[in-house]
Amino acid sequence: MNARSGWSERDLHALTGAYAVDALDDDERELFEQHLSECADCRAETAELAATATVLADLSATVPPASLRDRVLADAAAVRPLPPLVTSLAEARRRRAPRLVAAAAAVVLLAAAGAVGYETVRDRTGCPADLGAGECRVFSASDAQTVTTRLDNGATATVVRSHTLGRAYIVTSDMPDPGKDKVFELWLRKDGQLTGAGLMPSGPDNIVLLSGDAAGADAVGITVEQAGGATTPNLSSAVLIDLDEA
Amino acid sequence: MHLVDTGHADKGESVSMIEPTPLADGAPHRGAPAGGPDLAALLRSAARGDQQAFAELYDATSSRVYGLALRIVRDSAQAEEVAQEAFLEVWRTAARFDERQGSPISWLLTLTHRRAVDRVRSAEASSRRDTTYHHRNQATPHDATAEAAHASLEARRVRSALDSLTAVQREAVELAYFGGYTHTEVAGLLELPVGTAKTRIRDGLIRLRDTLGVGS
Repeated sequence: MNARSGWSERDLHALTGAYAVDALDDDERELFEQHLSECADCRAETAELAATATVLADLSATVPPASLRDRVLADAAAVRPLPPLVTSLAEARRRRAPRLVAAAAAVVLLAAAGAVGYETVRDRTGCPADLGAGECRVFSASDAQTVTTRLDNGATATVVRSHTLGRAYIVTSDMPDPGKDKVFELWLRKDGQLTGAGLMPSGPDNIVLLSGDAAGADAVGITVEQAGGATTPNLSSAVLIDLDEA
Repeated sequence: MHLVDTGHADKGESVSMIEPTPLADGAPHRGAPAGGPDLAALLRSAARGDQQAFAELYDATSSRVYGLALRIVRDSAQAEEVAQEAFLEVWRTAARFDERQGSPISWLLTLTHRRAVDRVRSAEASSRRDTTYHHRNQATPHDATAEAAHASLEARRVRSALDSLTAVQREAVELAYFGGYTHTEVAGLLELPVGTAKTRIRDGLIRLRDTLGVGS
């Protein structure tokens, strides 16, 4: 959590190399992946450096035991390849948010039942394959609280928060455009005070980690601000989603 | 959700004096032994359920996949598990691989690396840190497969590119990539101020990229 705040834009840019060699801890990785979705230069550099890093694997090439080949080919014989994604990446992203709400519910249920199956394609943590590790940890936390609200503008916003992890995500679907040169800004309310928790990326469907410590927050706010965001919330535009205090 | 990578195939500038069978453009062809299989084509066939193509893909890449996993997890049984998982993921998701975003070998090795690193950081992280094994002590076993022969040629090229890095850059990159350490841990190991190892890693990779001519 200590990495949550204090990362400047420039600090984040400098993480491309470390990300490319998987040298970030979970918190940093999550923060950087969020940054990647907003920074085309970082995506390009990260991709190049990751490709560069894989060249190093030539230095460690080692012939595996023949039995590995047998097992890998047995896997292939037993598992059907997935069909191609027929949607564009942009569409896939838009569709991701509603699925994530369902995924969140499924994770909570699974955690409750203690069931982790292999055949439904989950990773070791028991999360659906398209759920990020950080998202999964919060959604499957034993104290995860999920509040879904229908907003006046027709959008649906779901907040998932874990006190013990101190983090909250907001999952939106059908968010309208905030308007020219405007942006939706997120806030965490504690003791009546709203503290900035980051900007929503553009697009109707998103999943966003709120920055700052979400433990003890009693509401999540969404406001419309000038592009770039504001330090004090535009209260006339504020929507508040109430959370349990403890 | 993980990074995309651009291919580094076909753009390398040869720094090795020993390339035996350069391709038409004079660049070493990464991703396949010279004259070897076209991995992208094999992947497309595998996506349609062609198990023979998948077997060929395995034969052309398994030394790099298994060797990378072994170098990181340092235990042959676990390295086999990592490699098996990575290949299964490739088989399952071959249809979703986007050639525009990188070469098949980069994709496969990136998957493998992430899985191996996740593994050393979880359960047995502490025991691994206790070993006196040093990451440089492991020589690459010599063998006669086409892939390994190719890799050993490529390895010379990569080693000479690594020599263009400063000692600190090189160590930082190697500890992160082969050691599976975070940049913060790398800073500790190299007694660098916290926050500077990430810069060394990035600078080192950029120099490697430029020397090897990787990327677009």
